[in-house]
Amino acid sequence: MFCSFCGGETATGDHERCRARLSLIDPPRYCAECARRMVVQVDPMGWTARCSRHGERTSAEAAQR
Amino acid sequence: MTTASTDTATGTTGEGGDILAVAREQVLERGEGLSEAQVLEVLRLPAERLTEALALAHEVRMRWCGPDVEVEGIVSLKTGGCPEDCHFCSQSGLFDSPVRAAWLDKDRLVEAAKQTAKTGATEFCIVAAVRGPDEKLMEQIRVGVAAIRAEVDINVACSLGMLTQDQVDRLAAMGVHRYNHNLETARSHFPEVVTTHTWEERWETLQMVRAAGMEVCCGGIVGMGESLEQRAEFAVQLASLDPDEVPMNFLIPNPGTPFAHLDVPQGPDALMTIAAFRLAMPKTVLRFAGGRELTLGDLGAEQGMLGGINAIIVGNYLTNLGRPAEQDLEMLETLKMPIKALNDTL
Repeated sequence: MFCSFCGGETATGDHERCRARLSLIDPPRYCAECARRMVVQVDPMGWTARCSRHGERTSAEAAQR
Repeated sequence: MTTASTDTATGTTGEGGDILAVAREQVLERGEGLSEAQVLEVLRLPAERLTEALALAHEVRMRWCGPDVEVEGIVSLKTGGCPEDCHFCSQSGLFDSPVRAAWLDKDRLVEAAKQTAKTGATEFCIVAAVRGPDEKLMEQIRVGVAAIRAEVDINVACSLGMLTQDQVDRLAAMGVHRYNHNLETARSHFPEVVTTHTWEERWETLQMVRAAGMEVCCGGIVGMGESLEQRAEFAVQLASLDPDEVPMNFLIPNPGTPFAHLDVPQGPDALMTIAAFRLAMPKTVLRFAGGRELTLGDLGAEQGMLGGINAIIVGNYLTNLGRPAEQDLEMLETLKMPIKALNDTL
């Protein structure tokens, strides 16, 4: 698995700052499954993030998890 | 540079007495903004005088602007791939940023305007990461603005970079209510922030916007390595422009940008800057914009609203997320600050 903020492997390195950013002000930028940079569209009430290999995620889906 | 010597322990100047006492008479009573030297004195006040400075800035805001808060939403129509090198911006195509290029289609643009209007917002700003608009973008703006004006009861603003006179005239004819173009920082600091265009080029666009009858929205970002002297310089440069609105951002050090290594501005420093900017511009709309979530948190946001701010961006920003709109609307209710109505903005 990969960090959605920095794209690094979550098993290695310190991602505490990444998690803080993701919880506060950042949408995911990297696909958690393959670390590809995603095409992200932020709108006033949400976001969508699309990986060319693994499809689209949305803020609504993320909030349900 | 300042000419008055200030006792930094108290804020007492060598010329006109205590700077907040001077500001009370000059700004609160007469509505005259502080000079550059005076703004610098406020910025240099010791931390124990922050509460007092914020309280005075709030009085000034209430006296000259009233209790209403102007609410706005913004959306990125064209994200990333910008040819400019604004060192704070994750949308520059010149940096190794994780932000990829994206375009918003018309239906999602109109939906974003509808969602924004539901919050009670009176302004909706369409933003594109460009040096200036090309014909393709101008056509998208024409179609998008017309669709929003037909379907949503909200003022439409645009932020499309530097404009030609023809583009200014066309945007005005489309019914664009306000145009945002930030000077970003003091003129003396600008070359450290942007090298692909000049502060003066931005200033020229703002003058054309004003002359065409659109409202002028112009602010910047605090915490990009500027000195306090440069922050004071920026405040009076903005004041000399006499903008209808000044959005205040606080640096978000984004990965891949030349400013990624800079620290997030500290809350007390940011709050003193808010107070100083309000005392420099007693009558303008002073808006909380990006970065407040990191710099100020929830408590600091309330302090800012009680320290000179009278407008907010609700919801998300262009590439970063904001607090949920409901949280800001609850804050305004708690603070008993009414949202400005649409018929008060025209």
